[in-house]
Amino acid sequence: MSLLTVQDLTVRRGSRATLDQASFSIAPGEFVGLIGPNGAGKSTLLRAALGLIPAAGRSSLARLSPAARPKAAAWLPQAREIAWPVSVAHLVSLAQNENQNAPEVIAALNRMDLMAYAQRPATGLSGGEQARVLIARALAQDTPLLLADEPTAGLDPAHQIGTMQTFATLASEGRGVIASLHDLGLAARHCTRLIVISEGRIVADGAPRNVLTETLLAEVFAIRCLLSDTPEGLVVQPLAQLSKP
Amino acid sequence: MKYPVLITALSLLVALLFALSLVVGVIEVGPLESLAALVRDSDGPLSMVMREIRLPRAFLGIMVGVSLGLSGAAMQGYLRNPLAEPGVIGISASAALGAVIALQSGFSALFALALPLSALAGAAACVLLILLLAGRGGGTLSLILAGIAVSALASALTALVLNLSPNPFAANEIVFWMMGSLADRSFLHVWTALPVMTVGWLLLSLTGRGLDRLTLGEEAAASMGVNLRRLRLILVAGVAASVGAATAVAGAVGFVGLVIPHILRPLVGARPARLLLASALGGAALVLAADVAVRLILPGRDLKLGVLMALVGAPVFFHLIWRMRGQP
Repeated sequence: MSLLTVQDLTVRRGSRATLDQASFSIAPGEFVGLIGPNGAGKSTLLRAALGLIPAAGRSSLARLSPAARPKAAAWLPQAREIAWPVSVAHLVSLAQNENQNAPEVIAALNRMDLMAYAQRPATGLSGGEQARVLIARALAQDTPLLLADEPTAGLDPAHQIGTMQTFATLASEGRGVIASLHDLGLAARHCTRLIVISEGRIVADGAPRNVLTETLLAEVFAIRCLLSDTPEGLVVQPLAQLSKP
Repeated sequence: MKYPVLITALSLLVALLFALSLVVGVIEVGPLESLAALVRDSDGPLSMVMREIRLPRAFLGIMVGVSLGLSGAAMQGYLRNPLAEPGVIGISASAALGAVIALQSGFSALFALALPLSALAGAAACVLLILLLAGRGGGTLSLILAGIAVSALASALTALVLNLSPNPFAANEIVFWMMGSLADRSFLHVWTALPVMTVGWLLLSLTGRGLDRLTLGEEAAASMGVNLRRLRLILVAGVAASVGAATAVAGAVGFVGLVIPHILRPLVGARPARLLLASALGGAALVLAADVAVRLILPGRDLKLGVLMALVGAPVFFHLIWRMRGQP
């Protein structure tokens, strides 16, 4: 059983295809890292899969009715928007019909270590804390699948690792997670699978150790990396920019 | 403050100001005697004055206030901007244009409801134009741009009508009407506006859930099951019906929709859905209070409600901005 199946998903902007015939599926237990350079089509892929933007091809999520979709997948957009100084508890409870005592809400607040902030206005928190509040909101939706667009951007190293571990735990509990990421080191270390996208096309898909090769990193990202298998696992450290031929 | 307490307090305030609005007027009679004359026929004209002049005026105060406060809260919630107000999408300017054309052409003199009906037609035309301009999507930016364009066009056409007005009396009448007032209205106005406003209030009351979720932005709201296109349609129709009808019977009354949600927001924990009912009651209280004030400050001089509202509203707004300095 897959949580998301995408078949030949294509998004055109004018004559250019920003997403070109993407196909993959996500099974329970997978934490998929979606990597690729700026403008490769990572956000477009996630949005089209959710049905937020019109696309050709098939996506099992986009096909669902608008009422059924929030139960199937939660979405964490890149823009971290909190428009009003509502309390953290209220913001997270939006995922559960404003019921602040719902077990899903309490569990999400606990998991993101936010119980102490529950009654504080969300806009008064620091950027990193706000990011955690928004992740908690997505977790409180209690869906089998979570889609996140650059969830670690702007977080300090500890919270980047914490967020990745949270997602990995969700996957180990039998859910599915797909997150677009820029940090190859985090992606290699925490994801169970990587999908590499370049100029709108999926160019590689598989376990991190198989996907991250010197050739691929040079071709897709135009960088030279140190790839090292250590007792701690795979370590990826970008070293230098390669001039494109 | 707890939400039920706030709503109860605001309701009591509205009831108090409603009673006050009934007992303040040109005829010097004690308050108890005035209220008694409402239910019991009095000797002389007091009963007639109470039932035919003050009662509809007080009702209109509540209705106009509820419409403006509720629409302001809904617009601010939808656009996620504390500076938004019902006028942003051009409804009031278009309703005013409809009324001005009626005044200028003499249509308004044909029958009693000609003026409010023309204003409502102006508001309806505005909605059609906005929805045509803003397109089929659910975006807020296209709505705001369409609203500004329609608003600018309506204001320009209003100025054109004034510009070309052949007789100064018509121009005078137009200018005074545009200042906004609840004086000399009758139950005919109440019964004309109430059905339209009720539809508007009901529509706006449906937006609460969507507005709460929009706190997280359009994409997150859409992913949580909010139909942005439907929300925008309900919002525009609701604001048009309530503000169009309010402008039709009272002229242009500004600041209520801007200031009331702003003042009440901290008292409802900034939650957009809760702000709707609170702002409806707060708007009613403010309009009733201002309408009492215009009768007390310059009795006999016909101080216009819209003028007083702007005179009081602007400094209140200065104060709010002053307080906001230094906050992120």
